[in-house]
Amino acid sequence: MRGERDSFLELERLTRRFGEVVAVDALSLSLARGEILALLGPSGSGKTTTLRLLAGFEAPDAGRILVRGQDVTRLSPVSRRFGMVFQHYALFPHLDVGRNVAFGLESLGVRGLELDRRVTESLALVDLAGYERRGVGELSGGQQQRVALARALAPEPQVLLLDEPLSNLDPSLRERTRREIRALVRRLDITSIIVTHEQEEAFDLGDRIAVIRQGRLAQVGTPDELYQSPASAFVAGFVGRSSRLDARVVAGDARRCTVRVETAEWTVDAPAPGPAGVAVLLLARPEALRFTAPAAGGLTGQVTDRRFSGALAFFTVRTEGGTTVELSAAPDAAAVGDRIGLAPSGPGLHLFAGPES
Amino acid sequence: MSRPGRWSWQGGALLLLLGWLVVYPLALVFIQAVHGPGGWTLDHLRAFASRPSEWHALWNSLWLSLASVAVAGALGIPLAVLFATVEFPGRRLLGGLIALPVVLPPLVGVVSFLFLFGETGFAARMVQALFGLENPPWRLEGAWAILLVHGYSMYAYFYLLGRAGLAGLDGSLLEAASALGAGRWRTLRRVVFPLLRPTLAGATLLVFLTALASFSAPYIFGGGFRVMTTQIVVTRLNGDDGLAMVQTAALTVLALLGLRASRLLEGSATLVGGAKGKAPARRTIRRPAMRRLFTALAWLAAVLLLLPHATLILLSFVPAGTWTVETLPPAYTLRNYAALVAEPERLRPLFNSLWMATASTLAAMAVAVAAGTLVVRRRVAGGRAIESLLSLPWAVPGTVFAIALAALFSVRAPWLGRVVLIGTPWLLPLAYLIRNLPIAGRPVLAGFRGLDPTLEEAAAALGASRWRTLRRVTLPLLGPALAAGATLAFATALGDFVTSIVLYTYDTRPLSLEILSSLRSADVGVAAAIGVILTLLGGAVFALGNERKAVAP
Repeated sequence: MRGERDSFLELERLTRRFGEVVAVDALSLSLARGEILALLGPSGSGKTTTLRLLAGFEAPDAGRILVRGQDVTRLSPVSRRFGMVFQHYALFPHLDVGRNVAFGLESLGVRGLELDRRVTESLALVDLAGYERRGVGELSGGQQQRVALARALAPEPQVLLLDEPLSNLDPSLRERTRREIRALVRRLDITSIIVTHEQEEAFDLGDRIAVIRQGRLAQVGTPDELYQSPASAFVAGFVGRSSRLDARVVAGDARRCTVRVETAEWTVDAPAPGPAGVAVLLLARPEALRFTAPAAGGLTGQVTDRRFSGALAFFTVRTEGGTTVELSAAPDAAAVGDRIGLAPSGPGLHLFAGPES
Repeated sequence: MSRPGRWSWQGGALLLLLGWLVVYPLALVFIQAVHGPGGWTLDHLRAFASRPSEWHALWNSLWLSLASVAVAGALGIPLAVLFATVEFPGRRLLGGLIALPVVLPPLVGVVSFLFLFGETGFAARMVQALFGLENPPWRLEGAWAILLVHGYSMYAYFYLLGRAGLAGLDGSLLEAASALGAGRWRTLRRVVFPLLRPTLAGATLLVFLTALASFSAPYIFGGGFRVMTTQIVVTRLNGDDGLAMVQTAALTVLALLGLRASRLLEGSATLVGGAKGKAPARRTIRRPAMRRLFTALAWLAAVLLLLPHATLILLSFVPAGTWTVETLPPAYTLRNYAALVAEPERLRPLFNSLWMATASTLAAMAVAVAAGTLVVRRRVAGGRAIESLLSLPWAVPGTVFAIALAALFSVRAPWLGRVVLIGTPWLLPLAYLIRNLPIAGRPVLAGFRGLDPTLEEAAAALGASRWRTLRRVTLPLLGPALAAGATLAFATALGDFVTSIVLYTYDTRPLSLEILSSLRSADVGVAAAIGVILTLLGGAVFALGNERKAVAP
């Protein structure tokens, strides 16, 4: 895939400490030209610090940032020429829309008619042609967001950084704006990094997603890769829905593994995380389980909730052992209060070492 | 906010009281400017207009105030930018130290300048000794001397307001500018200063009005250089009351014009909008040479700015008559402080100042709390008028109010709201009260606005009477705002010179006039000791204010 090409932007073991806290811990990432990478992680995981290191607002304690092989780690934000869209947009309140967009161009020495032309162009890109003389306070949240994008793109930056760009928008507006950003960044073929804590947003915007946990890279890959083969329980739990079940290894080899879950024994298509008898964590996607008739030697429980969602419904089941499990099935597969059995139904079961890792 | 308020008798009463205290005296000044014993007359106006010295004084007041703004801004703004944006060793300590000129009461500051930079001051003596000169190398007199003192004592307004403004900026705006390729200067010019415009306009107005109202510096250093405040006092001493009224009216008009002009300078106040980000981060200087340079400059500034305080303290330990031609005083003693408490005649001004400042502060706080309850909570009709009247004395020079009150309370006419208070102990506290209305009113009103009204509603729902709610809920929650208003008002009243010199009698003379008479009788040590006490009180108030800000969320 894109990894085959030369990398355009590289982060090499980037580290930033704040006193005792290691906000970014030896983070290495590589982006191809035109690639969009989503940095996904819970709040406080260090993703915004990573973005600020890239922008040059913070200096790393160790590590390097390379653009086309050139070290830019020590360059000031001014000479780095990365475009940035801020979480709260940071539009200059004393300048109108046109002057906001012109600001970065003027830094490059663009003047006169050329300046006007490029401001007009940039605003047209985000569907705000003719808004030059509006005050930024007169705009709606979505429009402000687009002005911020136009302002960042106008000086044709080598890299575009977006810090939670949708977090301040109404949910109804988010999806549309997400599509617009995606289409625009694609069209301009600009290498971008977008920080978000919402998995859906990351899936939608990123070619690849880097999941960050406590300043470290937990896993990087396409949305499919992350969902289908999560590298850790954390990634599996953070990306997509899943239920956690305590299990114990019965037998297993490098390909498949039999585990005991409460009263049942299931075989999972995954290498055994440990020798027989060891406690493991079983993560089950909702589609990886199915209902059966309750039977001795199987996993049984009671349906406690059902949420209708079109072709499928999500059922919550409380097992005999007291674990809460979620699965998806045909809406008429069971009713609340039913006593049912559970069995694996295909891919989507993942095993991880330890009761918790 | 725009909801029309309800009429209430309390609101009407407060409006009437403020009208009587604030508007009535000023109106009387304008009336008496065109009214004499023989009825309406234009004689005073003609006398004013025909004398070049009046126009000179008016012009001097104007240009000196504008020049004070320029000097104070040129000193204060760079220091604010330095201390708010750059991190270097000792920044916190020095940043607090260089704000200390604000704690010197005006007259005390002037006295310390006199003994520091005056013709017999330390600096002059040192230069004289160094070069073996026969005569003092300079005289501290005239416009430049006043400007020096103004620049010193008023730069802190630009410094403190500028620092607060910079700290309140959204840091991501500055980051956005640098991500868009703007260097430090361009960011400062195109982003920071435009955003600070309302703040800087506020500081400009504050310095302009303070300089326009300044009396101590022109009085001590003016020599032949007259400004309106000194001109008014001299005219009154000469007994020409009609002319004094015209002068007072002219000074009032000048102050109000300044107020108007600054509103234009402020521009649209709607700049601050949207979500507030984090304050801009300070830049750490990495180059050791630059860091040393910045640290050295900051220390130098702090030392220079603290020299007057040091002078004052040193002088307060000098026994009377021992310091003649030496560069530094040869002998030191505690006698000056002892004299303050030991001699009954010395104790009197201290006692006077204390009780008058206390009484005026309590009264001002009562008015402020009443105004807060009525304007913010109950939203009575005329709330806006109450608020304007509370803040009006801030714009009007102290001399003007002194003259106006002297006029109002020199005639017995109870049906016109006039009684004779001149010569009684009540006039000075009343004058302090009026001057303290804005000082107490502003923080208390702001405190009321920041108070969650549902807390008071909860108290009412729990059966507390209005009085009990005020005592048990409102006032305790307003604690910090009340403390801020009261301490500032108390310190201001304690150090007041400008109104006192017009309205005092021998029996009611306050500390500031004791400083003046000690100076006149060459009792420098006692004058300095009083100055030190006043400064310490001012410093305690300032520290208390900072402490509170540090604790507040």
